[in-house]
Amino acid sequence: MSHYGLGTLKKEENMALAHTFDYQRPSTLIEALQLKAKYKDKAHFLAGGTDLIVNIREGMLKPDLLIDIKGISELLKLNWEKETLFIGSNVTFAQLIDNELVQKHFILLHDACKTIGSTGIRARATLTGNICSAVPSLDSAPALLCYEAKVHCASPESQREIPVTEWFLAPRKTALQEDEIVTGISLKRIPDSSGIYLKLGRYSGEDLAQAGWGILMTADKQYRLAHCALSPIPKRAYYIEDLLNNSNPLNADLIEKAIALIPSEINPITDIRATQEFRMYISGIMLKRGLTAIQERISGKYIEPRKLLGDV
Amino acid sequence: MKEISLILNNEPRNVQVENNEILLDVLRNKLGIKSPKCGCERGDCGACTVLLDGKAVRSCLILAVEAENHNIITLEGISREKLSALQEAFIEFNSFQCGYCAPGIILAVTELLEKNPHPSLEEIKESIAGNLCRCTGYTPIFDAIMSLTGRGAK
Repeated sequence: MSHYGLGTLKKEENMALAHTFDYQRPSTLIEALQLKAKYKDKAHFLAGGTDLIVNIREGMLKPDLLIDIKGISELLKLNWEKETLFIGSNVTFAQLIDNELVQKHFILLHDACKTIGSTGIRARATLTGNICSAVPSLDSAPALLCYEAKVHCASPESQREIPVTEWFLAPRKTALQEDEIVTGISLKRIPDSSGIYLKLGRYSGEDLAQAGWGILMTADKQYRLAHCALSPIPKRAYYIEDLLNNSNPLNADLIEKAIALIPSEINPITDIRATQEFRMYISGIMLKRGLTAIQERISGKYIEPRKLLGDV
Repeated sequence: MKEISLILNNEPRNVQVENNEILLDVLRNKLGIKSPKCGCERGDCGACTVLLDGKAVRSCLILAVEAENHNIITLEGISREKLSALQEAFIEFNSFQCGYCAPGIILAVTELLEKNPHPSLEEIKESIAGNLCRCTGYTPIFDAIMSLTGRGAK
């Protein structure tokens, strides 16, 4: 009998994932890497599991081993040193949203974190997990691309840092090697800058992006832009950056010129969330409102990005 | 099969689980906790919400083995002696119809009110954006929560 007197159900009524696997929870990085080296692509690292468990349940992944990295304390680091924030791979979106350094120095990343999933997802899901899933619509990517983040990877033999611009290779494919683990992501502060992330979903709260644009601006009016859900992989918008950084001032005319460059920056598809034509069109609206709003943000005004797109 | 220990609703419990068993199923089928519900099994609907170390999480996306040595609170755990003020408010404002989403919503809002006792309507909406209710249109739910925030029913 169970504690609450409700009885124990028969075994056949007890559901589990259809696929079986081993489960290990190492307490050191080296143990995790040794397990990975032994099982290679048959082992997957488990942090938040908000994508991984769904993928196993739906039969997209059939791992022999799950290596739960949540017991590895060094991956929990969230450090500020030499103007650089290091975000360990166990750090969740909820932690980033509550972190003062992220709020103060990386507002574009802060915007993006707030748009991901829902509170219940953000309490488990990690930034590192997000970039390792590497779906085209990943909301954290425009921010990481604009801040020129570095992805820290370790293998049993070596360590390396991969610029995030070289991280995404194709949908769900990254530069991570079979024997490597991501230990964290680092972002250097860009002094006197502000940012904004505009995400358009079908409704606000818990939807994947139909389109996402991140804009970063410095006090001397230099811009960085990046997008997600508009190409096979998230990307910087270098043509638009060149235009904005070599012209001034930012006026309606220049914004129209930037909008005219959108077709050379993005390559959207039609899917269940939006058509190709809509994504192309709405990118212009997002760019216009984003570029206008960031002028106010850099002067210290509070702007809620969601409100810029109608908050439906 | 392996035995794991966890603190469930403030009581230490041991349970035999397989690696591929999901926390939600173990709570319902092996530990007799029926308040978390199975809705979408992919983290979208919030019916399976439990508090893990004080944070609202999706028990359908967590392996039972991951919960080892962690502290889990379900609806059963917040209403042992008497109903919480939030639950009373839900009754007063007639905030459910079918009730399937209610345990998840009450736990998500319990976490919110602990962190932020005077949330705005916007903050309330954000905290349960991942808890789908298909009956009420949410209005009586927001009214019940707002009645506890010191800002009055909206």
